[in-house]
Amino acid sequence: MFHLEIITKWLDEFLRTYLLDGWALFIEFVLIGVAILAAYAVLALILIWLERKVCAFFQCRLGPNRVGPFGLLQSVADMIKILLKELIKINKVDPFLFRTAMFLVIIASICTFGALPFDKGIQAVDFNIGVFYLLAVSSLGVVGILIAGWSSNNKYTLIGAMRSGAQLISYELSCGLALMTIVMLSGSLQLSEIVAQQSYAWNIFRGGIPAIIALIIYLIAGHAETNRGPFDLPEAESELTAGYHTEYSGIQFGFFYLAEYLNMFIIAAIASTLFLGGWMPFHIPGWAGFNAVMDLIPPVIWFFGKTFACIFLALWVRWTMPRLRIDQLLNLEWKILMPLSLINIILMALWIIYV
Amino acid sequence: MKVIQDLLAQMPYAEVVRQDKTYLVTVPKEQLYAAASLLKNNEKLSFDYLNDIVGIDNGDSLGAVYILSASQFPSYIIRLKTLTDDREQPTMDSVIDLWLSADLYEREVHDFFGINFLHNPDMRRLFLRQDWKGYPLRKDYDANPELNPIPTENENLEAMEDLPTVDIDLNGKRREQHQKLFEKEEYVVNFGPQHPSTHGALHLRVSLDGEIIKKIDPNFGYIHRGIEKMCETYTYPQIPHLIDRMDYLSGTIHRHGYCLAVEKALQLEVSDRAHYIRTIIDELTRIASHLLGWGCMANDMGAITAFIYGMRDREKIMDIFEQTCGGRLMPNYSCIGGVMHDIHPEFQKKVKAFVPYMRKMLKEDHILFTGNPIARDRMDGVGYLSKEQAISLGATGPTGRASGWSNDVRKIEPYAAYRHADFKEMLRSDGLTFDRYVIRLDEIEESLKIIEQLIDNIPGGACCAKTKAIIKLPEGEFFQRVEGSHGEFDVFISSKGEKYPWRVKFRSPCMTLVNTLKHIAVGGKIADLIMLGGSLDYVVPCIDR
Repeated sequence: MFHLEIITKWLDEFLRTYLLDGWALFIEFVLIGVAILAAYAVLALILIWLERKVCAFFQCRLGPNRVGPFGLLQSVADMIKILLKELIKINKVDPFLFRTAMFLVIIASICTFGALPFDKGIQAVDFNIGVFYLLAVSSLGVVGILIAGWSSNNKYTLIGAMRSGAQLISYELSCGLALMTIVMLSGSLQLSEIVAQQSYAWNIFRGGIPAIIALIIYLIAGHAETNRGPFDLPEAESELTAGYHTEYSGIQFGFFYLAEYLNMFIIAAIASTLFLGGWMPFHIPGWAGFNAVMDLIPPVIWFFGKTFACIFLALWVRWTMPRLRIDQLLNLEWKILMPLSLINIILMALWIIYV
Repeated sequence: MKVIQDLLAQMPYAEVVRQDKTYLVTVPKEQLYAAASLLKNNEKLSFDYLNDIVGIDNGDSLGAVYILSASQFPSYIIRLKTLTDDREQPTMDSVIDLWLSADLYEREVHDFFGINFLHNPDMRRLFLRQDWKGYPLRKDYDANPELNPIPTENENLEAMEDLPTVDIDLNGKRREQHQKLFEKEEYVVNFGPQHPSTHGALHLRVSLDGEIIKKIDPNFGYIHRGIEKMCETYTYPQIPHLIDRMDYLSGTIHRHGYCLAVEKALQLEVSDRAHYIRTIIDELTRIASHLLGWGCMANDMGAITAFIYGMRDREKIMDIFEQTCGGRLMPNYSCIGGVMHDIHPEFQKKVKAFVPYMRKMLKEDHILFTGNPIARDRMDGVGYLSKEQAISLGATGPTGRASGWSNDVRKIEPYAAYRHADFKEMLRSDGLTFDRYVIRLDEIEESLKIIEQLIDNIPGGACCAKTKAIIKLPEGEFFQRVEGSHGEFDVFISSKGEKYPWRVKFRSPCMTLVNTLKHIAVGGKIADLIMLGGSLDYVVPCIDR
């Protein structure tokens, strides 16, 4: 297998031969930071382009096709436009909170993004409490959304923020419980460890029925966490115009937009890491020839392939389903998904003991 | 009809003139309420549907014409007319307790003629700003722009929320009371005039309790163009061009209605060919309108793909229109005496290709949205409108038929070529959101059937009858109903024998639908309000006129 680890290892050794350890570390930190930010921005552009293309596909349209081949540069053009737009100063908002809110949202999203294992050796931080860290940091975003809605001093944003609070806090439960089932199966919270265990069978195969149920629950709850249709109540275009970010303009809005797309990527990436083997190729125990062929595909491609497959699923759902009402949304979580995930945890325990 | 004659005989104060199935009843102002309540609340035949209230200025007196019909025998119409000589402070009794729809109609008459309806708890202006001076549809109205300059400030919210009630006490003294629309601590949210899902510039002020709706106050007039006033200075052949601009989705049908009214007044013979062509164009318009209504409702519920699907199929109809009529959204096709010009040679071929295509796409639409579990759940048990309520509110069209009220004008008085086509009037009984949703798709199916039957049998002949260069309608009042895609559209023309009409009134089917929304959305959630708005499918330019 060709791991990108080679490059990072080489860089590390190269820096250490010429510099003191402390300086080498400092430069590595800066490089990692720049790399994460760059990857974050580039991925967002790709995702926006992808969304527009996929959406067009579902709606029997062509989608962007004027700027660059297949409209590939469309989102770059949009990014330049949004960077140049005026930041409208709004009367009677709470200026400090109003300007802080989007940073909270985007920081939460970047922190989660940093901890994802893209490949062996391509992971900024590999905590021994990785899953716990992901859950904890990703839930910070809701604070930003609440602050954005509150500080805008607008009735739509307030309703949007309150909806968002109710929605994100509820769905976090199922999200966490679904991930817990996998943690039970692997016996570890460390992401690299969880991926390494899946070298012969991905967790959905290893965990059998409980793992499949957990994956479905996680995809639903995770989709709800990203505030995208059919769970886009906090934004609910047809009801609340733009929900919690109604009053934002220019790049301030852009930050919310970025975070939304990257959150979709993060949810898909976590699903692929914990359930679908992360960067591990598809292996079947005993089939040495087949496994060798699979190994030829670089792990980074495996990781992104699985992630984008999950993203496609999310887009498919978004462009097919109408929006839920707030009471149906909460019913779905508290009366269906949560009890189901609790039962699923017991099922998983039985699976581990007896199978 | 004997029942009606018996009823009218109980009103010794009334002057009755009969024209075929229409009774023109004139009553003195003091007896108006007595006559109205007798017609509404009697055991034999209740005139439970108030089509419209038409304000009229005869120069010396002001009047109101109440157009009534009974849901039991919808083809009979009573036009109850009353006049008042007082031009300073004209008053009439309110009939708001008899018909729910009277609410907005009376406000409209008040707005344009200054007639105060006693005991109506909400005598605000309906279309114009509360601080407007004068009553524009009166003949002595002063249109001097200095009196009503273009406002540079927002409308005063206090004035918008202040509900005046006029009433006359026992000593004959006029009293005016004021009420507040909303309490001080109520959480009032503005939906509109600029909002993604108000289907135009409609302004709903909604009082909320968390997510739950407590009260709705619709505000109209953001795109009021004064079409009825303009009509009074236009000649008869010029007027149709304005009608397309009212309800832009069923403009062709409404225009057809106007032409029928004028043709009826002139007793002009229209060729069968024109009738057939008009009917086919009307049905195509209806399909296009229902498709857009369906798509918009889905869009209001968050399913954007469904909206695009609706628009995609509607595009085919627009292409057909473009070829034959020259216009797409505004085909400008019917004219007095027939249609503007003959159909395009490929018209029949294209329409015949469209029918099976649309059938196939309808199936797809059902798969995409009707069967969708979230959509079904959202629509389930929300927005109940009973049959009695629908009749009282005057919620005609698919909305009324979804509640089981048979009100299809195409069946009641078959005009144009509808008598040659075999079709069903779609009726449902539950009156829920889902019924209003699915009835539109069913009506598309019926419209396709009508088109299929007529398209091969278009008779030959001239497509337009010859009319005089200057059309003058004989003196009198003329009335015509047609089934628009959103509901019943009525044209009322009062003529003094000149080349301009004295007064033209169009019944807006959409205004009553917004009134319906006010009644059925209370108690629901914000998301329901938007969805119900979609399910009623109103078009704002039609309301504002």
